[in-house]
Amino acid sequence: MTLPSALQAPPLTVYVEGIGLLGPGLSNWAQGRGALEGTEAYQAARCIVPLPMALPAAERRRAGTVVKVALAVGQEAVTASGLQASALPSVFTSSSGDGLNCHEICSALASSDRLISPTRFHNSVHNAASGYWSISSGAMVSSSVLCAFDGSFAAGLLEAMAQVMLEQTAVLLVAYDTDYPEPLRSVRPLPDTFGVGLVLAPRRSERSLAQWRLAPAVCLTAALAQRLEDDALERLRSSIPAARCLPLLRSVAAQTQGEVVLDYLQGLQLAVQVAPCR
Amino acid sequence: MPCTFETVDLPTFVGEVAGVDAVQLPAPLAAFDCRNNRLALLGLLQDGFSEAVAAASKTYGAQRVGVFIGTSTSGILETELAYRRRDPVNGALPADFVYATTHNTFSVADFTRHYLGLSGPAFVVSSACSSSAKVFASAQRMMATGLIDAAVVGGVDSLCLTTLYGFNSLGLMSTQACRPFDFDRDGISIGEAAAFALLEPVPEQLDLDAVLLLGVGESSDAHHMSSPHPEGLGARMAMQQALTMAELGAADIDYINLHGTATPSNDAAEAKAVSALFGSTTPCSSTKGATGHTLGAAGALEAVICALALQHGLLPGGLNTQQLDPALALNYLLNNREQAVNRVLSNSFGFGGTNCSLIFGRAG
Repeated sequence: MTLPSALQAPPLTVYVEGIGLLGPGLSNWAQGRGALEGTEAYQAARCIVPLPMALPAAERRRAGTVVKVALAVGQEAVTASGLQASALPSVFTSSSGDGLNCHEICSALASSDRLISPTRFHNSVHNAASGYWSISSGAMVSSSVLCAFDGSFAAGLLEAMAQVMLEQTAVLLVAYDTDYPEPLRSVRPLPDTFGVGLVLAPRRSERSLAQWRLAPAVCLTAALAQRLEDDALERLRSSIPAARCLPLLRSVAAQTQGEVVLDYLQGLQLAVQVAPCR
Repeated sequence: MPCTFETVDLPTFVGEVAGVDAVQLPAPLAAFDCRNNRLALLGLLQDGFSEAVAAASKTYGAQRVGVFIGTSTSGILETELAYRRRDPVNGALPADFVYATTHNTFSVADFTRHYLGLSGPAFVVSSACSSSAKVFASAQRMMATGLIDAAVVGGVDSLCLTTLYGFNSLGLMSTQACRPFDFDRDGISIGEAAAFALLEPVPEQLDLDAVLLLGVGESSDAHHMSSPHPEGLGARMAMQQALTMAELGAADIDYINLHGTATPSNDAAEAKAVSALFGSTTPCSSTKGATGHTLGAAGALEAVICALALQHGLLPGGLNTQQLDPALALNYLLNNREQAVNRVLSNSFGFGGTNCSLIFGRAG
């Protein structure tokens, strides 16, 4: 394999073909874009996660919140894109996985009876949502499942944009987190559930909402991440890792052009060049 | 060896790495202290690996070297142990418990990046038992797009109660050392491992012994959360994709390191997938009889075994297997074989129906 040096390498360019959104006070992209654009007031409220009706009944019973939120935003994004879910490679990224399931397993293992159910165990894998997604969508293509703690969204975006560029195919990116119950909540205080789904494509279409670009030589930057002006939305952005995507979604909602810097790792942020398509 | 890990009371065998408990993390990285990161450090100190990374960091710049590590359970053992010490009144976890740098899935990549003094992009791939095969795919993509120049990839997974009692609940654990592809195979033996590789762009002058990453293939079964596709359809797609990317045909592969977990269903499905693509003559074996199933570390561990096979001209025979299952029509090696080896394929599959195949080759 011959590799480009960073300065010669062309930018990674993707077009946003569909968005799914679910979080506290955010019930879908159509409603959320108004709050992000500032045309509607954002009202924080407990996230309501719908049942994953696309799953067979047996799997639906077994699915935890983390699976439900990932499937909901993934489905919303794919529907908006008009593309076939079964043909889309996917990238799933989450800071924490299924907190309630983890709590139940650790509680059982600390008790005198260490039995855990098979379902609890297979739901404990970090790729549970990816597995349920492939079962419900019939997608036999690649699915990558990542974690980078608070920087999990930016990690997923890097992976997804690299796949779009190299494979010249549309890719579904799903970032999601759920809150841990006590006592884990005290050591990992995520306040609520949040998920975002993005269908990213290599070519512009009539559905394209925005163009995002990464310049390989400079996109990994020490510049500070962008914050949101609205206090409640900024609290959401900074308190749930998957919600670190909100500045990017705001730029789509407000159709802005320029640079959006996202939180990634300590001292290393991700700078995305954004431009509207409409 | 028979399982004596921690307080586990299950009739099973484990591949426990000696000396993990005695490993001390450097003082500035004390917050990362847990079995998984101790095991990672033990791995990083082997075979001049840290020195090779330091040289690469000097060549390319610390920010141009990525870190992509596979793990399934990371440092969850810390949380399992902390749950035994909850406050009897309010249920709180003990004050000395640190979540972010131990239990969190990212902790092993974060630790590795800090220990090696790297400042490029990093993430953990956590897709059960394909995790540390898939890091090769992710790293290759990051390099091909010019986001980085080189990458540290690897897999680290350590023994914990979640996987031991979890696989036990599924009835997937053998009561003896696992016997891949045996007629009487009855499940896995869980092991632990840390395995790392440094990926660099191909230089103009190449040692004949250098190992090349020639192809990667990734797919999903879309079938069931904890059982493989019965015909091994997803596995076959991953192997075919790896061959296509490497621009090779099935006949070009000298050896296949099978996923070969020794569960009845995995080995049956994998044998169907392999024979559909390769026929029944390509030498193959599972090395899990020697290592146990190291779960999220298996892909990287078996990539290293493939590199050794290429460099030493040695095809490893599968251990423990007594009587090959006649229903599995593969050329399964029961003994080591010395011969020239030019290209090898390694399979890693996992819960959730995730599949990854890697092809490695010798430079000369």
